[in-house]
Amino acid sequence: MKEETPLWEVFIRPRNGLAHRHVGSVHAADAVLALDAARDVYTRRGEGNSIWVVPSAAITASDPAHADETFDPTADKIYRHPTFYDIPEDVGHM
Amino acid sequence: MKDENLFNALIELADDHSILCHRLGEWCGHAPILEEDLALTNMALDLIGTARNLYTYAAEIEGRGRSEDDLAYLRNERQFRNLLMVERPNGDFAHTMLRQLFFAAFMEPYWQAALESRDETLRGIAGKAVKEMGYHIRHAGEWVIRLGDGTEESAQRMQAAMEALHIYVDELFHSSPAAEAAALAGLLPERGALRTAWLENITPILAEARLELPEAPNPQIGGRAGLHGEDLGHILCEMQYLQRSHPGATW
Repeated sequence: MKEETPLWEVFIRPRNGLAHRHVGSVHAADAVLALDAARDVYTRRGEGNSIWVVPSAAITASDPAHADETFDPTADKIYRHPTFYDIPEDVGHM
Repeated sequence: MKDENLFNALIELADDHSILCHRLGEWCGHAPILEEDLALTNMALDLIGTARNLYTYAAEIEGRGRSEDDLAYLRNERQFRNLLMVERPNGDFAHTMLRQLFFAAFMEPYWQAALESRDETLRGIAGKAVKEMGYHIRHAGEWVIRLGDGTEESAQRMQAAMEALHIYVDELFHSSPAAEAAALAGLLPERGALRTAWLENITPILAEARLELPEAPNPQIGGRAGLHGEDLGHILCEMQYLQRSHPGATW
């Protein structure tokens, strides 16, 4: 079963101008059926106007075992968060 | 009654949709994968939506105070006017998908033509249904292609489905006297005129699926006269059980 219907990751764009967001996954035999399945599983309540499907096997993920070395070094670099700057009022919301 | 022909023609259409809806609903919880379970019930929900609109409008035309539920749940087998095709058992996936393709490939041009109806309510129903039928053609068509041009077993099953179902195709293009009158009055499309459009929908899919539509010298017809197969009785047993056992029950 798994070989015949591999896993696909589903991305939906809720509205024009927004980015596609990952919403979940479906099993399907090929890309066309994966799109149909994504439509039927994830857009039943008007969730979006565009769907992408990507073979899950095509995604290269970071290794959770390497999470410490991958992510911890950024933890103490608070100067990367631009929270120290005074924004002139005229600029408004940034 | 305002227009008995229109009433009867609407009942025929509504019965097509509610019986096919019931058949698709039978897959709920039984499809091979969750994705397809949802796809089939999504299509069933499209069909029940259209059936409800049609029953409601028929009841309004009749003007005797009957409701959509009365029409769906309190008529007997011989009073149902659906096409024989839609009551055929689900069989395997090949049967279910080919039946869906045959039906949707007809209803899509039917509703397209109904957008020109003189009746505003029917134009409204058609506008919604035509898009749904477009999706049913696509979804069922993709399966027909994959099964027909798939493994040896899937091709055999698809071929068996074709042999079992092609004899019910001709009835799609028949009109009852009521439907004929509604067509002449410019209310509903002329069914016989849609054969070309049906073939245009079907032909490229069958070609990809390596299937041929066999000749049917003795097509099965009779649904519009209430002459059904044994299967419809079993559908109605299940579909009408609640209203028959507990008359007037509501949620």
